[in-house]
This record gives sequence, structure tokens and C-alpha cells, in this order.
Amino acid sequence: MKESYDVIVAGGGPAGTTAARFAAMGGADVLVLEKDREIGVPVRCGEAVDHEGLIEFLQPDKKFIAAEIKNFKLVAPDGTVVKPNIEGVGYVLDRRVFDYELGRLAADQGAEIVTKAYVDGVMRSNGSVGGVSVQYKGERLMLKSKIVIGADGVESRVGRWAGMNTTVSMHDMESAAQVTAANVDVEEDTCFFYFGEKYAPGGYLWVFPKGNRTANIGLAVAADQSRKKHALKFLEEFMEESYPKASVLSKLAGGVPCAETLEEITMPGLMLVGDAAHQVNPVSGGGIISGMIAGKMAGRVAAEAVKKNDMSLLKEYDKEWQDSLGTRHRRYYKIKKVIYKFKDNDLNSIAAEISKLPESQQTLGSLFKQAVIKHPSLILDVMKLFLS
Amino acid sequence: MIEIHEEKCDLCGCCVGVCPENCIDMTESRISIEHEICTDCRKCEWACPFEVFEFKHDRVVVKATA
Repeated sequence: MKESYDVIVAGGGPAGTTAARFAAMGGADVLVLEKDREIGVPVRCGEAVDHEGLIEFLQPDKKFIAAEIKNFKLVAPDGTVVKPNIEGVGYVLDRRVFDYELGRLAADQGAEIVTKAYVDGVMRSNGSVGGVSVQYKGERLMLKSKIVIGADGVESRVGRWAGMNTTVSMHDMESAAQVTAANVDVEEDTCFFYFGEKYAPGGYLWVFPKGNRTANIGLAVAADQSRKKHALKFLEEFMEESYPKASVLSKLAGGVPCAETLEEITMPGLMLVGDAAHQVNPVSGGGIISGMIAGKMAGRVAAEAVKKNDMSLLKEYDKEWQDSLGTRHRRYYKIKKVIYKFKDNDLNSIAAEISKLPESQQTLGSLFKQAVIKHPSLILDVMKLFLS
Repeated sequence: MIEIHEEKCDLCGCCVGVCPENCIDMTESRISIEHEICTDCRKCEWACPFEVFEFKHDRVVVKATA
């Protein structure tokens, strides 16, 4: 580690390493600081992505793909299953290997990656961020940089230390629990989504196959609705009822900021990417690809700003995001609010109506394709629009 | 006061994300609360997927005045 860099990235998840990759590709001198001992571990994710989103960044490779997904099935509270026809494919990743690969791609461009390095503050002067403080090997080091990129996840504090308000509201935070379970009979090419008060109030439950009779089985509950019963308890009940013979290979907790993107994701000397900037699809909770898209935008802009020695360019990233996915996420956020008002009865009747249609008509065109692959639960709202 | 049951904690960061006071610190291996800043709003307790937090009413100690 040196004392000074062009760009310091706090956090080595997909958004952070992708930002590092593209900043380094643009000629910047880049350091990534990861608090955990290993890139990609622990996994805190359902691990599903769509093919179209993935290939923008790297080619699908068996080594990080656990299962190829061809079908989606949505389960209403009364058990009615809706299977929309979809054309594209998706994947359930092995995030350990996937994140490693993203780290390697950043390193190949010249980015330096240091693990077990905990960023515990930012350095500020004249209202601008000029570096970070980091705990490393028992010491506290002050590292200078022209630009800090905060990619420090749902637990982000980099923005807050710099004076931005990045707190996630209780109705936007999805409180999640997931197990990777073995000895489960699942459809190996199908992702299941369960909706309803019983499974996950204010969220949904997922079963994503990971090959060889294993699956990620998890759920997310809106934090403002989990007061009486927490996510883990919902999950344990579901496992007991649906997969009593399963063995749990891993169990994890997680938080998903299913909100609109923060109003501002840059300030002088600082850019936020990924969960830290609330760049998650607010309906599906998916954040891998959108975090990587943001990382690419931020990395490129950072390199350009360094090259031209003009830090006012950082705002270009803000604008580019807000004009593209930021706008889309704001629209999805409005849809999410509609979906969350649905009671179990509403969901049941939507599912019942749809399942009456001949299977060939359950496509409802390309809108569905997009909705289901990228934003699984959006389909409910789309169905309502078609039925009303 | 909010008490942490560290043995249940998976270090997921939900609590840090919702804390309005920015008073929860999470390193690679542990979380801690700065009690001087904490306002006992209990959002961490409610957002936690694993029931790590427990709210305990502060004990009022009445001293005898001799």
C-alpha cells in the first residue's frame, strides 16, 4: 500500500471492483480496500442475475454459474402457481467465484486490492473528501486520494462520514435471511417466488436452484413490518413446512435497500456506488448488475476526472446514473408502493385470473419478459394493469 | 439501552443501514454501539433479521439519603 492514490475504493463487492476495473482501465492509480479477509466472502445475496445484464461485464462461465434458469414461477398466498412464458435466460451465480473473478479483472487493469483493511473514516478538507483512514494490521493509516469511491454496501458509512445522509428508511430496508440448503427437491431450471403475509410481509420468499439438489432459499421482510416476527423466524417456519429433510449448508442474514437512488450520489472528492448509493432495483431487490453498471459509470468518470485534473466532472456520474437507471428505479419504486398495498386476497385473485388464461396467452408480450427476468415481482402489477 | 447478543450476529449490516444516528460500528468480526450517541429508537432491533438486539429499560437506582 502506498500513502497516496488517484482513486481509493472502499468495498470489494461487484460495484467496488467494477468501479476499480474501469477507473484503472482509464489510467487511474487505484486501490480497493475490503474489510473482510477475502473478496466474495461472505456471500450476502440470492445470487440471481439475468443473461443480458451479465454479458455487459463478462462472459458467462461455468465456474461461477451454479444453475441456468429458464423458468419463473410465482406462487400466490393460496398456492396458485403462475408460470409466465419467458424467452431469455438467467443464472444463479456462485458469488464467491464470481466476485473473485471481478476482483481479478480489476487487478488485471492494474488496480491494487487489499483485504482485511477496514475503512473507519474519511479525510476532509474544505468540504471536500481527500482520502480515508483505514485499520490495517493493527495500525491506523491515513491514505490520501483525489477521489474516494464508497462501495461499502447496505451498511455504508463512507457517505455519512463525509456529511451525506444515506440512512435507509425502515419501510425501504428489506430485512433478509437465507439458507443454502442441500437434499432439496427443486426444479433445477426454475426460480420460485412466493408472495403473501404468511411468507414475507412487505417482501417475498425465493427458492433459487443451485444445482445437484441444492438451492438458495430465502426471504426478505420490510423492516417496518418485522417487529413482531423477524426474517429468520419466517424462514425457519417455511423450511420446516416445505423442506423438513433439508440440510443447511450455510445460513446468512442480509439487508437490501429497496429504495429510490439517493438524491445525490457524489460530493466533492466522493462518489457512492451500489447498495451504498441505494442503487438496488426497488421491486426485485436485485443489485448485482445495477451495482456493476454504476461501478462502470463511476470508474470511467473518475479516470476522466483524474486525467483532466478536473474534479467537477464527478457530477457527470451523478447525471448519467440519474438519467438512466436512476429514473427507471424511481418508476419501479412507485410500482413497489402499489404492490405492497396488495393484500393476500388481491394476490390470490390476480393469480387465479391469470392462471385461467391458456398458457400461450400468459406471456403478455415482451413487457412480461422484461418484468419477469429483471424484476420478478413487477409482474403482479403488470397483471393488474392487464386485468383492470 | 440496546443490548447486543453478539453470538447471534451475522454481521449483515441491516442495523447500520437503518441507524439514524450513525452510531453502530461494524468491522469484519464484530458490531458495537456508541451508547452515548444512541437514542434508543430501536430501529436496529426491529430491522435485524436474526434478533441480535434487545431493548432493556434503564434501571433507575434510587439512593437512600442518609
